[in-house]
Amino acid sequence: MKLKIIGFILAIIILFIVSCESEQTIEFKRYYSAGVEVYQSHCQNCHGANGEGLSSLIPPLTDSVYLKNNKAALACAIKSGLKGAIIIKGKTFDDVMPANELTTMELAQVITYVGNSFGNKLGTVPVDQVDTDLSKCN
Amino acid sequence: MRKLALGLLVVTLWSACKLNSNDKKVLPIYGNRKPITKTVDGKSVTDTLYQTISKFKTVNQYGDSISNKSLDGNIYVADFFFTTCPSICPIMHRNMLSVYNAFKSTGDFKIISYTIDPKHDSVPVLKKYADKLGLSGNTWWFLQGKKDSIYKLSESYLVRKPEEDAKQQFIHDGSFLLIDKQKRVRGAYDGTDPKQVDQLIADIKELQNEPDQVIAQ
Repeated sequence: MKLKIIGFILAIIILFIVSCESEQTIEFKRYYSAGVEVYQSHCQNCHGANGEGLSSLIPPLTDSVYLKNNKAALACAIKSGLKGAIIIKGKTFDDVMPANELTTMELAQVITYVGNSFGNKLGTVPVDQVDTDLSKCN
Repeated sequence: MRKLALGLLVVTLWSACKLNSNDKKVLPIYGNRKPITKTVDGKSVTDTLYQTISKFKTVNQYGDSISNKSLDGNIYVADFFFTTCPSICPIMHRNMLSVYNAFKSTGDFKIISYTIDPKHDSVPVLKKYADKLGLSGNTWWFLQGKKDSIYKLSESYLVRKPEEDAKQQFIHDGSFLLIDKQKRVRGAYDGTDPKQVDQLIADIKELQNEPDQVIAQ
């Protein structure tokens, strides 16, 4: 009898853990799959379907170190554009990235998508995080 | 009797198929055409006059003068672009790079990209653009000419005439045009679609195998 109760409690705990986990996964998937569409309509022409960029004109998005080190600056860069030289995968890029009119939600979605594609593993970048990041834009 | 008829039908159909498979694909010739009657050796002969690319004068990324004559004897692919284009140009030139890489070592072949923003796209700007794309040599030229004449020239390539909208943004056509040695348009492809660009590469090979005709002057 005791064993049954313990087993029942254990089962509930396991269920909790599983459902918690899947809620996070669901959140991630929601951001990620919406991010695919934002990427396709705003980024893909230049950065390519596989984030490959274009020779020395447009940087690839496959430099996981750069994205990781600049994670908090990504929202501002996408929203207001980028000027000046940056070094990506050892190559210097000094052309202009134009500003993109995206909502905070769209920014969170596209950063989550890019941040977890092309060899990057940044995890979910939720909308409140992007909000915080945007408040620090120059 | 019926069997015989059936047999005949089968043979006919088979040979029809066989005939078709021997037919070589010939690329169409686009544009207006008109019949002309010439007198050759005292006899009047009717020939077809096809639409060809108009004359032009430009400068390439090396500062060399390039005219329609510079392309004599070449099969070439043309497009219209500008270096600061944020929308379709990067994808067009990513795709054009596949064409470049497929034919950069073959003779009698060129790619030319006319800038529709000659005010900004000077020779040094075009050179820098070509360098950044990773190009060298004379297979792919970026051409700067007078804006009005380039816009007018686009008509003979059968593409939408470039224009500037209210915000002074340039609007242009994303087509790649395949031009034969007689300077006739033989194909138009959506430069933003990798599948159509694959077709373009196949068609260039087809055109290279076409027997040379009289080169139009």
